[in-house]
Amino acid sequence: MLNKARLNKIGLNKFMVKKLLLIGLMTLPLISHAQTAEEQGLQVAKDGEAYDAGFVDFTANMLMTLKNKKGDTSSRQIRIRTLEVVGDGDKSLSIFDQPADVKGTAMLTYSHGLKPDDQWLYLPAIKRVKRISSRNKSGPFMGSEFAFEDLGSQEIEKYSYKLLREEACGEFQCFVLERIPAYKYSGYKRQHVWLDKEAYRMIKADFYDRKNELLKTLTSTDYQQFLGHYWRPRKMEMVNHQNGKSTTLLWTDYAFKTGLTNRDFKSQTLKRAR
Amino acid sequence: MKALVFFLCIAVFSAPVMAFEYSGNIAAEYQLFPQKAQFENQLDNNLTFSFKPKVTKTWNKGNDQLSIELFFRADDKDAERNHADIREFKWLHVNGSHEWRVGVDTVFWGVTESQHLVDVINQIDRVEGIDGEEKLGQQMINFTSIQDWGTLHVFVMPGFRESTYPSQQGRLRLPLVVDSSQTVYESADEENNIDYALRFEHYIGDTEFGLSWFDGTNRDAGFIPGLDANGEPVLIPYYSQMTQFGLDLQSIAGDWLWKLEMIHRDSTEESFNAMTAGFEYTCFGILDSPVDMGVLLEYSLDDRNMNSGIFDNDVFVGFRFAFNDVQSTDILAGFIMDTDLKSQSLRVEASRRLGDSWKFTGELQFFDQIADSDPLKAFESDDYLLLELAKYF
Repeated sequence: MLNKARLNKIGLNKFMVKKLLLIGLMTLPLISHAQTAEEQGLQVAKDGEAYDAGFVDFTANMLMTLKNKKGDTSSRQIRIRTLEVVGDGDKSLSIFDQPADVKGTAMLTYSHGLKPDDQWLYLPAIKRVKRISSRNKSGPFMGSEFAFEDLGSQEIEKYSYKLLREEACGEFQCFVLERIPAYKYSGYKRQHVWLDKEAYRMIKADFYDRKNELLKTLTSTDYQQFLGHYWRPRKMEMVNHQNGKSTTLLWTDYAFKTGLTNRDFKSQTLKRAR
Repeated sequence: MKALVFFLCIAVFSAPVMAFEYSGNIAAEYQLFPQKAQFENQLDNNLTFSFKPKVTKTWNKGNDQLSIELFFRADDKDAERNHADIREFKWLHVNGSHEWRVGVDTVFWGVTESQHLVDVINQIDRVEGIDGEEKLGQQMINFTSIQDWGTLHVFVMPGFRESTYPSQQGRLRLPLVVDSSQTVYESADEENNIDYALRFEHYIGDTEFGLSWFDGTNRDAGFIPGLDANGEPVLIPYYSQMTQFGLDLQSIAGDWLWKLEMIHRDSTEESFNAMTAGFEYTCFGILDSPVDMGVLLEYSLDDRNMNSGIFDNDVFVGFRFAFNDVQSTDILAGFIMDTDLKSQSLRVEASRRLGDSWKFTGELQFFDQIADSDPLKAFESDDYLLLELAKYF
């Protein structure tokens, strides 16, 4: 999987293509014609997905800190469990520990590509599990600068892609991709994402609103590698350029292949999720 | 019951030492009734305090869980509202796709907002509000089997909880005080009748549905006029035996949530059908703001043809505003009109978090043009404003 991904990537580098052509690798049909920027963008996205495939499941704790223009802060604590689903979007469970008035609230999402996600919410105050509409992609998550669509599972078919350029991004070399949401009701006209060329870590993303004006920038740092392969950031910061607010996510206690199964991601067991 | 509590205590203390999780809230509530009371001795305002602690302990990789949730309200003016309850005191055991719950628990069934027809497991804690959402804990053994073809719940409920009713001083009460010390049951076992229920639930695509059956003591009381120890006229609650079949269904179509609840109830006194059907339509991000506005419309029908029931031919219109702000501000306004009697009621609820762990809730309730034959007539002068400040932990 990895080798194929790397081979495909070679197609993006004209110098490499020439070199390969010179040594007579004419049998590789993928690089036998010049790819358009769209094809190249899609290829990078696919390679990125292939790189992260096979994580099976992971759990982590998320501390979300909201900051307004004056510098006042407010925090939320959420435990996240994600199960990889082959051939469809992932299943994920979020359990809220803070603020105290929503403690015990749990949200279950079965994400799908372009089809609307299936989503359930458990409200502990009245012990009610509610199936909810997942149409609210662009709304703020818990009053933060992250929209629901920023935190959802990122399937290939959710966007159309274009490789804009390759450039240095901090300590890494990055692909700069333009992603245009293909799903309905996105709050964005387009996104520019910086993915490092080695492991497809998302280093930075710019979000443009429906009027095509720069709305937010997400910066992910302190990447840590798990199981000798999968990279996850320990810090993500979303800055809203239009309202001056920002939200920081601090991720701790990442664990992979924890043995979660489909049974841990059922609406019927939501009310006992801990 | 005592044996059950003993068993649960053993379960707690024999469990491996693990941290208990604590949560809950403590709240001060002020209720103001601006109109002159209809009945003698009724209060005009009331400051009360409530405490709702919850302790959970989980062990055996989450396959065993003990949860205890208690509720206390201190009320100086209404002795019946000065009460405590065990909302939950149960042991949960998970064995693969099977789950056992033993003890006291609170269960919610259904999908509609204006009333909760199919929701029959728990008795309503009526002194806590007229919306039926505060409920008394029910003792039960509940077995659940979660399968790909759906989920089946089996309930065996040894023992019945009587509803709470306001005292003579309380507002939102019937013209005569309900005297629960003289309660009459149809069952020879009285409150020790064993009740049974089954529920099957499943979802197919965007549609969720539940089919339920209940056999046992009717949670809704009938009333017999009588006299109390001092010879004063009172209402004596009468609990019949009943069988109820229920159906609840909800379907999502984009911004639309379609909802239906239907019941058929048979008791010695009556046999009837009732339903609530409607939708909730949400406009996400109105006027380019983060605010979501939901519009709710529900119609309720009851075929008892008494032309005086609540929700017998009623239309509910509601508006829900979720501000999606840092403080999670929410407003829900609901208007109910009886299309036969033209009785109307309006209720507005709003809540907002203050800081990280406080929450402010406000509630306004109006009754208007209540027909003489409407049971709501007793509440006609009980418009109220309720303010609550709660500290969560």
